Formats: sequence, C-alpha cells, structure tokens
Amino acid sequence: MNYFGPGHGACPGCGFPIAIRGAIEVLDGKVIAVNSTGCLEIVSSMYGRNTWGVPYIHSLFENAGAVAAGIETALRAMKRDNEAHVVVFAGDGATFDIGIGTLSGMMDRDHNVIYICYDNEAYQNTGNQQSMATPPGANTTTTPVGKLKPGKTGRKKDMVEIAVAHGVPYAASASIAYPKDFQRKVKRAAEFEGSKYIQVHAPCVTGWGIDGKLTVEVSKLAVETGLYPLVEYEYGKLVKVKKLKQRKPVEEYLKIQRRFRHLFKHEMGKEILEQLQKIADENAEKYGLDA
Amino acid sequence: MRKVVRGFYAIAEAVRLSKPNVIAAYPITPQTEIVENLAEMYANGELGDAEYVTAESEFGAASMVLGASAAGARAFTATSSQGLLLMSEVLYNAAGMRLPIVLVIANRSVSAPLSIWNDIQDSISIRDAGIIQLYVESNQEAHDMIPLAFKVAENRDVLLPFMVCVDGFKLTHAYEPVDLLDQETVDKFLPPYNPVVKLDVNNPVAMGCYAPPPYYMEFRVAMEYAMERASKVMLQEFKKWYKLTGRDWGGHVVAENCEDAEVVVVAMGSVVPLVREVISRMRQDGKRVGMLKIRTYRPFPSREIRKALKNAGKIIVIERALSIGAEPPVTADVKSALFGLNSEVYPVVTGLGGRDIPRELVERIIEDVMKGKIKPEKRYEGLNEFEEVIP
Amino acid sequence: MAKMKLYIGASSPAMSSEMKTGDWGTELAYIDKEKCIACGQCITFCPEPATSMVEEGDKKYAVVDHDYCKGCWICFTVCPVDAIEMKTKEIYKVEVC
Ligand SMILES: Cc1ncc(C[n+]2csc(CCOP(=O)(O)OP(=O)(O)O)c2C)c(N)n1
Ligand code: SF4
Ligand code: SF4
Ligand SMILES: [Mg+2]
Repeated sequence: MNYFGPGHGACPGCGFPIAIRGAIEVLDGKVIAVNSTGCLEIVSSMYGRNTWGVPYIHSLFENAGAVAAGIETALRAMKRDNEAHVVVFAGDGATFDIGIGTLSGMMDRDHNVIYICYDNEAYQNTGNQQSMATPPGANTTTTPVGKLKPGKTGRKKDMVEIAVAHGVPYAASASIAYPKDFQRKVKRAAEFEGSKYIQVHAPCVTGWGIDGKLTVEVSKLAVETGLYPLVEYEYGKLVKVKKLKQRKPVEEYLKIQRRFRHLFKHEMGKEILEQLQKIADENAEKYGLDA
Repeated sequence: MRKVVRGFYAIAEAVRLSKPNVIAAYPITPQTEIVENLAEMYANGELGDAEYVTAESEFGAASMVLGASAAGARAFTATSSQGLLLMSEVLYNAAGMRLPIVLVIANRSVSAPLSIWNDIQDSISIRDAGIIQLYVESNQEAHDMIPLAFKVAENRDVLLPFMVCVDGFKLTHAYEPVDLLDQETVDKFLPPYNPVVKLDVNNPVAMGCYAPPPYYMEFRVAMEYAMERASKVMLQEFKKWYKLTGRDWGGHVVAENCEDAEVVVVAMGSVVPLVREVISRMRQDGKRVGMLKIRTYRPFPSREIRKALKNAGKIIVIERALSIGAEPPVTADVKSALFGLNSEVYPVVTGLGGRDIPRELVERIIEDVMKGKIKPEKRYEGLNEFEEVIP
Repeated sequence: MAKMKLYIGASSPAMSSEMKTGDWGTELAYIDKEKCIACGQCITFCPEPATSMVEEGDKKYAVVDHDYCKGCWICFTVCPVDAIEMKTKEIYKVEVC
C-alpha cells in the first residue's frame, strides 16, 4: 500500500514529495491529510487521479489550519480521536501569508494537529511569486530583478518562532536533505498533545532554477551555510540544533540557483549578499550552530 | 412546552436538541446571543457529546465546520452580515463539497456604512452559492426549522448546506411565545447523521479534488439537480413536521387570500406578520388583496409562485435588499417566475439597515397600486429626500 | 456513450498509479544490483516513489520501476556507492551523422 504516489504530477526533482511520503510513512499511514491549495494539491488531487493512500481533504488556499482544527474537534466529539493523526501539509504561502490567521487560531486553541509547512520559498504553483518565506535577493515574478531592484527586499519571516510564541508544545525546522531527521521530528511531534509545527525546506526545481541533480545538494547547503538552521523546540525551549562543523559561506548556496544568480552582477547584489551572510551569522549566533 | 422566550434562545435550544457534534462560531451582532447561549449550554454540560469552539474569525468558524462535516460530524454555525461575507469563500466551497452544514443567519445589513440593524442583504448576497435558504417569520418557525434543516441537508438526495435566515433583532431579540420542542420529538424526526463520504483511515478517499474542464461542469450541474431534489424533499419533511408537531408552516410559499386578489403583496421574513395584518383588515373592508409569503428562497419556488399569483394582476414585492445596478433580487426572481403572464410587478425597496416599516406605509402602497396611482417600477419607500455631497 | 460516474462533491478514491509518469523524462535510472548495498537511500529520496527494495535469496537490492521514474537524478546523487546509472531513453538518442 502506497501512502503517497506514485503517479503524482510533481516536476521531476521536486523536493516536497520526499517530505510528504516520509511523514506519512513514519506515522504508519495513521494520517488524515489536510492540504492547502498549491503545488502539492495540484500535483496530487486531480479528480480521478488522487495520489493519496490516506484520507485527504483540500478546501481552500488559506484555511488548512481551521479545517484541520474542525476535523480534530469532530474526531474528539465522536470519540474517534485514536483513529489517526490529523496532519496538515501546507505551502509557505498558505502558512506564512494568507493562512496565518487560521493557523494562529489552531495553535492558540492548541488543537491536536501536526502542521507541516513544506517551504519552497515562494508561490510555486502559480509560477514563483514571492511569499513572506522568500529570502531576500530572490528573483520572483513579483519581486523581479530590474535596474532598481535586486529581487526581493526585506527578510524571510521566522515562522518557527511565531509558532513557539503561541506556546505550542513542539516546533521544529527540517530539510528534505535530512529525511531521517525530518521523520524523527514528525514522530516526536506525534508524541505531544496539542498543536505541533514543523517547517521543512523543500526545493522547487523550476522556481529556484536548479535541476534534480541539485535538489538534495542545494537543500543541504542551505543548512550548511546557516541560512536554514535545523532547530527543535519543546514547550518553548530550544532542545536541539544541527551543529555545523565547518559553516560554509552563503555564496556556495546562492551561486548554484538561478533565482540568486543576479546577485553576483547586480549593483545592489553585494549589499544583499552581505545581508544574507549576516542572517546566516545571526542564526549561528542565536542557535549556536558552529560546532 | 410553551414559553415566552427570546429568539436567540429558541434558536440555540433547537440547535441543542438537534444534537450536533461540532459547533464553531465567531460572535457578531446580532448573532452573538445565539452562540453565547450555546457556549453556556456547553459550559454546563448540556450539549451532550458536542464540542463547541470559538474560532479566530468567521472564516475560521466556517472552515472548522467544513472540516468537521467532512470528518462525518453534524456541524452547525451561525453568523450575520460581515461575518457571512467573510465566510462566503468557505461556504461556496462547502456547498461544492456537498457538506450538509446548517447555519443560522441573524440577518443584518452590510457595511459600508456600518450598521448593525436588520435587512437581508447579507444572506441574499450569497444566494448563488448552492446553499438552501429559508426565511422565517417568527421565532417558532425558526425553532422548528432547525431540526428540519439538518434533516433536509443530510438527505442523501440533497447533501447541501442549509441556511435558516432569521431577521436580526426583529426576531432574534424579540420575546415571543414559543412551543419549545422536547428531545423525544426531535429524535423521532431527526435520526443521527450517517455521512455518505467521510475522512476515514479505514476507507481513504480524497475530498475536495480539483476538476479539470472535462469534469467541472458536471459537478456544478449536479448541485443544481440536488437543489431541485431538495425542493421535493423539503415538501415531504414539511408535511412530516406538521404530522409530528401539529404545526403547519405550509410549503415553499404560503398564499393567503390570493385566489381572487387583485393585488398581492410578496414578503419574506419578519415583515410577513405585518403584511398579513394589513391584508386581513383590508379584506374586512372588502378589498381584494392577498399575501404571498416566500419561505424557501433557494431552491426558488418558481412553480408555486406562478400558481399562487396567476390571477393577481398586480404584485407588490417588499424588498429588503438591493442588487445595486439591477432589479432588486426578489423582484427579479418573481418576475422570472411570472414570465409570460400579464401581471404588473411593483418592487418596493424599504426597511434597509433597520429602517422601520410602518403599517401605514404598507397600506398606502397597496391603496396606491389599487388606484393605479403608481407605476410598476422600482421605488424606495420610507426614504428621506437627500442630496449627495461630493466635495 | 456510457454515463460519466461522478463521486459526490469531487471526492475520489486513490487511483493515481494509473498515471504512468515514467514517460515524462528523457532519462531513466538503472541500479546495478551487484554494486547495490541495499542502504535504502534511493528509496528514501525518490520523490515518486519509483524505487523499491527486492530480495533474491540472501541478496537484497533496490530496483527502479520505469513506469514511474521521471529521470530526475535524485537517486543518482544520493547513492553512496555509485550503483545508479542514468540512461537516455532510446527515443531521445539522436544520431549525429
Ligand atoms: C484566496 C486565493 N488567493 C489566491 C489563490 C491563487 N493561488 C493558488 S496556489 C497559490 C500559491 C501557493 O503557494 P504556496 O502555499 O507556497 O504553495 P506552493 O504552490 O508553493 O507549493 C496562489 C497564490 C487562491 N487559490 N486563493
Ligand atoms: S513547481 Fe516546484 S514545487 Fe511545484 S511541483 Fe514543480 S518543482 Fe515542485
Ligand atoms: S531518477 Fe528520480 S524518479 Fe527515477 S528512480 Fe531516481 S529518484 Fe526516482
Ligand atoms: Mg511555496
């Protein structure tokens, strides 16, 4: 029995299917999946081509948190709460931007849900528009590089911290480059009652301008440069971080992706590169990444 | 048990008796007291196994009942005005997913300008969503229609959300004598919900799939057919309700004194009793006037309306909502039902944003129409003369 | 024509395995069963999944189901012993003359 795929329509080399299948497998298929509108939804739930081997629901772009809360409440009311874990799989746009209200409500009421945000750092389904998860400097169709603009300006929002601030029992970041670590985190999350938030970095081959050969390498580099720290909180306390033996300069991560290529030629590129390195340095400092 | 209660209590009590599994809501005037009453029942352990949740917004509340319903629960929410508009994306979605959610709308005008007072612009605005809409004239009718709403919505030939529309303040906050149902009666009428599809690990299905062009249209037309079936199912359930409780609310419409009437007033909701009173007085004076109460607005009972109005030459429609830039909504629907008949239709827009509708106004309009003093075209009544200041 | 069957509200049982996405790519992954150490990396990482483990006597090794391999190279990059080879499909081999 397959829990997710094969036969789905994700681009060859897409990162998120690794996380989706990994999460469901580690929960032994005891999952009710709730999905927001976005790439995952489009590639997996065309009528007559459903790719999910577990019960699945898609409602809207911005309400996965509330739909999951409703399902969890219903299962509890009907004494069916031992049947399955309610697990959200939502994009970064659905999570950081348009759906943050319903996610906040879900976490505030502490519904027993595992919320997994697959973070491909833009609205990929609609063709790579910026989200609040898009890192500075990224070229997207709504933050295009132009004479005056070096791609996105501003920062990537720290959703893990926002989850922690809600007082949820468990919050973590993960990466598809480290699937076992991700799976361990999902399993750990399942041990807590209440809302759990896991954000998993998942490359998009088209939006980031890479191909499948680089999917794993690029996500690994995001971690190894300190731009995507892998952290874990329990009851608001930082309990674990992935230490880096030799933190790499951010350029190594950026130069292999088309979305950042302009930074090495653009007038304002240097400034952004410095900003990105500063973010990595601050992450290293904050989480004690350097081993 | 007959008691003088306020509308919101009569509604909350009927919801309790319908044994929902999940109630999710967000407060907004004038719906607030309905959910406050439910919250209180929940806090006192009077809602059985039901879970009551206060959402972070109406959008969240609607999404929660959507999720709950998909999981196989009987789910309820209530709202008004801005809250309903905020829910609207979810409600279109729930209808398309064929989830039999029941909602009470405490009807209120919409902003801007902000107004908490009554008209029916809110629910009228989402008439195309695929949700059954029924407008009540009294708190007894509101009380009775809630178990009925669940029964109809959950019927496997229907499976659409059901909206019971109750005029805000005018009904929701009014004290009225209500024969409160008891659990035994409701249980006899309304069996536990048995969903046809649900989120279930033992039988996994995907809900809310997207449909490419070869499928989409069929799904939407299937909703139209379900609405048509709902029309029949509702009539059956109205009859069963009458048998069970002795209260006959009639069918989709209630025609009073229409057979020989020259002029018929079409009304919905809480203005019905007022119109009825005016009509019966005028009848005593020997005037050939009648009233048509529209109860079911979606599915729109065109056939019933045409039948009831076929002899009436002149039809006044009391409109408490606008379709700005077009014919008022109920008039447009009534006219389409009468297409080809020789009747004249007089749309009378009045009572917006809680403006009082005095008895004299109704009387005067009927008189004017009888005497041929006004033309069959849209008019605003109870409206002050004004000049818009555009500085 | 037979009537279309519509599951209510666009609900649908799992059925995507009917979609043979193996025809999407220009290349396919091949695993050398002699070199394969059955570590399972390619199975963990294949997004489809097109890879699975088989047992033959006491030999365990990974195989690729070409019905679903999109030729993305991910397995190639994660295999620790270079047991995976990417081969261009016959139809994409252009003869240069
Ligand atoms: C209310 C609403 N606004 C906009 C859209 C259009 N839309 C669909 S998916 C999407 C982006 C999804 O982004 P994300 O959540 O990051 O998922 P991804 O596609 O990147 O996996 C947008 C903007 C929509 N479906 N609904
Ligand atoms: S567009 Fe990007 S995120 Fe979407 S399926 Fe393709 S690779 Fe994956
Ligand atoms: S090339 Fe890609 S799709 Fe094919 S087996 Fe390897 S990882 Fe799977
Ligand atoms: Mg995204």
